[in-house]
Amino acid sequence: MRVALFVTCLVDLFRPTVGFAAVKLLEDAGCTVGVPRRQTCCGQPAYNSGGRADAKAIALQVFDAFADCDYVVAPSGSCAGMLRVHYPELFADDSENLPRARDLAERSWELVSFLVDVCGMQAVAANWQRRITYHDACSGLRELGVKRQPRQLLGSVRGLSIEELPGAEVCCGFGGTFCVKYPEISDKMVTDKAAEIAATGADAVLAGDLGCLLNMAGKLYRQGRLIEVRHVAEVLAGMSNKIPPIGAPR
Amino acid sequence: MSQAREGILATIRNSLGRGRLNPNGEAELRARVAAHRRNLVPARATALSERKRVELFVAMAEEVQATVTRVCFPAAVPEAIARYLAAENLPAELVMAPDPSLDEIPWNTWPLLQIRRGRAEAEDRVSVTACHAAIAETGTLMLISGAHTPTTLNFLPETHIAVVRRDQVVATYEDGWDRLRVAAKSEALPRAVNFITGPSRTADIEQHIELGAHGPRRLHIVLVEDSQAARSEANEGHSGSAG
Amino acid sequence: MLATSRNFEAAAQAGLANQNLQRALGLARTGFPLRRRLAVERLPEFEALRETGRSIKDHTLRHLDFYLEMYESQVVASGGKVHWARTSEEACAAVLQICRSAGAKLVTKGKSMVAEEVGLNDVLEANDITPVETDLGEYIIQLRHEPPSHIIAPAIHLVKEQVAETFRAEHHALDPDRLLVEPRQMCDEARSVLRPRFLAADVGITGANFLVAETGSSIIVTNEGNGDLTQTLPRIHIVMTSIEKLVPTFEDAATLLRLLARSATGQEFSSYTTISTGPRRAGDLDGPEQYHVILLDNGRSAMIGTEFQDMLRCIRCSACMNHCPVYAAAGGHAYGWVYPGPMGAVLTPSLIGIEEAGHLPNASTFCGRCESVCPVKIPLPKMMRHWREREYSKKLSPPAYRSGLAAWAWVARRPALYHALAEIASRALGWAGRGRGRFRTLPLAAGWTGVRDMPAPEGRSFHSLWAHRQKGGTGR
Repeated sequence: MRVALFVTCLVDLFRPTVGFAAVKLLEDAGCTVGVPRRQTCCGQPAYNSGGRADAKAIALQVFDAFADCDYVVAPSGSCAGMLRVHYPELFADDSENLPRARDLAERSWELVSFLVDVCGMQAVAANWQRRITYHDACSGLRELGVKRQPRQLLGSVRGLSIEELPGAEVCCGFGGTFCVKYPEISDKMVTDKAAEIAATGADAVLAGDLGCLLNMAGKLYRQGRLIEVRHVAEVLAGMSNKIPPIGAPR
Repeated sequence: MSQAREGILATIRNSLGRGRLNPNGEAELRARVAAHRRNLVPARATALSERKRVELFVAMAEEVQATVTRVCFPAAVPEAIARYLAAENLPAELVMAPDPSLDEIPWNTWPLLQIRRGRAEAEDRVSVTACHAAIAETGTLMLISGAHTPTTLNFLPETHIAVVRRDQVVATYEDGWDRLRVAAKSEALPRAVNFITGPSRTADIEQHIELGAHGPRRLHIVLVEDSQAARSEANEGHSGSAG
Repeated sequence: MLATSRNFEAAAQAGLANQNLQRALGLARTGFPLRRRLAVERLPEFEALRETGRSIKDHTLRHLDFYLEMYESQVVASGGKVHWARTSEEACAAVLQICRSAGAKLVTKGKSMVAEEVGLNDVLEANDITPVETDLGEYIIQLRHEPPSHIIAPAIHLVKEQVAETFRAEHHALDPDRLLVEPRQMCDEARSVLRPRFLAADVGITGANFLVAETGSSIIVTNEGNGDLTQTLPRIHIVMTSIEKLVPTFEDAATLLRLLARSATGQEFSSYTTISTGPRRAGDLDGPEQYHVILLDNGRSAMIGTEFQDMLRCIRCSACMNHCPVYAAAGGHAYGWVYPGPMGAVLTPSLIGIEEAGHLPNASTFCGRCESVCPVKIPLPKMMRHWREREYSKKLSPPAYRSGLAAWAWVARRPALYHALAEIASRALGWAGRGRGRFRTLPLAAGWTGVRDMPAPEGRSFHSLWAHRQKGGTGR
């Protein structure tokens, strides 16, 4: 299976580790992985702000960049959701490009659900001695049905135990531009999330979306809470013993 | 206000991109309404035997803080009510629906019960009604207004006692409404159909559930297992009790 | 009702700082979702019913003109009267005319959001008619001169101490030394204070959760019994409602009723679900002599056929706001009008204009929880996005924001430039933050770093590292 990695802006800029973890997991699952150079962003910031024309222009670029592969896989529910759910909506009135949007949508997947549901991965060969809790990032959960898959693979990580987060499905308050447009409301949401994470007694919190993770990590650090924050891919790829968590000194 | 009427209808039609529906279109819709087909109905109550349906009704009613006393015969109803009132420290003064279906109950065998037949007034503390049907699905009573069934009995007094015959227990709201459609064939619908599920309640203050907000604080159901009406229905070959 | 939705930001900040509100919201934030979930788990057919509910409403909207005409003829046939109102003014005028004709001085009210929408109480009072709210939550906020903050629990923003304080201030005839600490005591007090009002009212005004075309009936779904006392005791019953409440048959109403209480409070069925058809019949011992329906449009008919039509499916259950983290943070008053939360964010701009209500569809992370619990599957985030599109094309969003996004999109369409800039940024920020691993402050990012740290980038962009690796470089 030829997989093209959709890196995502945040992974590219903030945490390439997640991208390399994704590549490793995909290669372990038997895929050949390429990283098209002409990709930049999925266009969601423009799309969610009402800038449909800009979003479409970016999407057309994505169609081109990812034309030649069996699957497009992103270590992010929100970017994968954009490709899989929203691109067809974006081009609903565009008879010329709608087929391309649909074609890409069918081939687009969030990373962990791809590994489990398409590659049939049932376990990983990683170990990490931690008690963790898991935040279900909204787009992945509600647009793509990502819920059971990360828990299944995390369950196979040796030494790892999972403490369910009571508000796992409640938004962390990131929401892309929301966190800077309505900072006080966003702060309340992430403060509540941080309190719930701390209340589980977990050593670490994981999620599948870097936006959420940066948000939660930033809050936990500001509160002086010593809880590790990582992307689920880095744990599954066995990188969590070697690479510092999000926000920690290098 | 007919200008408003025409204006609103015109805007709707404009928004729908058409004019008035043609006669065929209207006929189709009228037929759909006349057929009043049931949509998906939960299996919870429909899949049950008559006996289990009655059990479900009682269980669901009790779940919402209605209390239920089961008696075998209509003759046992006055005593059951008297005992209930005594246990709740309530006076034995009742306002009762002038409902013929309550007439088979021998009220005069319990003379301590002071009964006035009619609608409820502000001072009335306890009311007694029958019902049109009892819905097993959610433990809901279906009462209808009428010359013999004033609605105020259901809402003004603090305690509402409803006498339910076993053969009135049906599975769903649709079943209850179908009974009404049959009964109301010759006349119009009643002014009010009350589906009552437990006593009055509110959670408007800090989400605390308090009973008896404005309506009755107590809803007591007296379920009569056997009754003349049921037996005569059974004799006539209609579906009856005898579970 | 006068809208203050423009003020959303300040109002939300005030809400966040309001300790009583935060305490009150805290109680609701976990209670409602839990109760709904338990009710849904108990009904295996719930998901299928959502789909059925959606299709019933869609069918009705596609033929709304027909069903409205059928409804009206049935109301008339049962002895009632329908008053069509295009605007708030027409609706209030109709009510006023009915009250004046009857010489009415005292009006009891069951909860009606449509009545709030048209500002009915103010109009009645200005005309020497006294409206008395009887739903406990509405009564409390009437005493406090506040608008409702929730569509089914209007006083949800208050803690019990505030209710007690209000009752003490307003119930002058009662013993000032009385105990008024627990909700039970306040509930009893409201019952005893309002009972005489029910009995003395000339006119009773209720809302309607549903209107049934087949029979010309209105349906109210309540728990307190105040709606039924309001519509049974006075001589005149007025139903304040709007055109999209219509369903074709009782069977259709039954389906939606199965969804409503479960979605709203987690109850199997509300304490009182009442189907009313016309005034008292000859021979009835009680009931109103007159039955009037005020059918309000106020912008709804114009929503049909647009990208906002689906909003007209709403059955006013409040599940969306009960599950919304933005509502749970800011409170209902922040939304500045009758309808808060996600449904308010979509409906309010339709009814009062996007210029006034622009903040509402913007104050969302599109988490989608609202849509996932909506009993009639309204795609709320999608419609909020449509409002943002309208604002964008009308240039209503702040200029700095728009130009920032435009710049981002411009760069994103030039991959070589984008990658170069990303590499520069990750190196610069990575180097600046290498010691601590995160920033406490960051220029241009005060909205973020004011309340949380910003983790530092790892120091190289993924694309540059990947290119390096492809060339045979080491590392990762």
